[in-house]
Amino acid sequence: MDIASLLIFYALAAFMLGMSLLAVTARRVLHAATYLLFVLIGTAGLYLLLNYHFLAAVQLSVYAGGIVILFIFAIFLTNEHDSVSEKHRPLRLILAGLGAVSGLCFTVLVAFTHLFKNYSANTTILGDNEVNMKIIGNTLMGTEKYQYLLPFEMLSILLLACIIGGILIARKQ
Amino acid sequence: MIVQMEHYLVVSALMFFIGVYGFISRKNMIAVLISLELMLNAVEINFSVFNRYLYPERLEGMFFTLFGIAITAAETAVALAIIINVYRHIGDINIRKMNKLKD
Repeated sequence: MDIASLLIFYALAAFMLGMSLLAVTARRVLHAATYLLFVLIGTAGLYLLLNYHFLAAVQLSVYAGGIVILFIFAIFLTNEHDSVSEKHRPLRLILAGLGAVSGLCFTVLVAFTHLFKNYSANTTILGDNEVNMKIIGNTLMGTEKYQYLLPFEMLSILLLACIIGGILIARKQ
Repeated sequence: MIVQMEHYLVVSALMFFIGVYGFISRKNMIAVLISLELMLNAVEINFSVFNRYLYPERLEGMFFTLFGIAITAAETAVALAIIINVYRHIGDINIRKMNKLKD
């Protein structure tokens, strides 16, 4: 079981990283959107591995079902002369690569040298405590400390503003 | 034996900086937005990993991820509406052509 989860983790990680590399280097934008879909599905797999089943479901339905479809529609709406001819200036690519690699080195260095406070004590709890759906619902709808009714309602207002703004911006005059 | 937390962090850091690379190097506005999605996705992985490994009895990181996913969806919808509007006005979504505000 443990070896299996290790193997699944490394396979998923390799898959996701390969797909994200392809997503930022693909010539056609439609291909990039497809690779992004695979990255998001792999992320849902990571959430399953972490025992956040609800989060994996949300990731699949919102990202894979909503956002990627939105991307594909936008690509089809804006795609007259396809961007295959998109030319890169090599200096810009080198600068982008340098910035990304130096940031990556710094971040990984910090992640490996920093001592996380509760880390060593808790590794045994990790096994099989999936978050109960009832607890999620109560936490999302409660008004006490560490409960999230107010952010939830704020989010619904944000989504409403988004709908109105999207219609207002994208409609024809 | 269990997957070390640092390995998750390395995966999400790699994904984040792949997103940074795409954000700087791409010229199509939708491709830039795709790179942005990669970065946000990496950040959300980090939130839930920290929650699971450091405070497994609490739920804050998971809910932050949940709200982050919803906010990302909203942001993408508005950004794509803006891109479609730009395409309608200029006829192209290359970032180098977005210089009308300069004039």
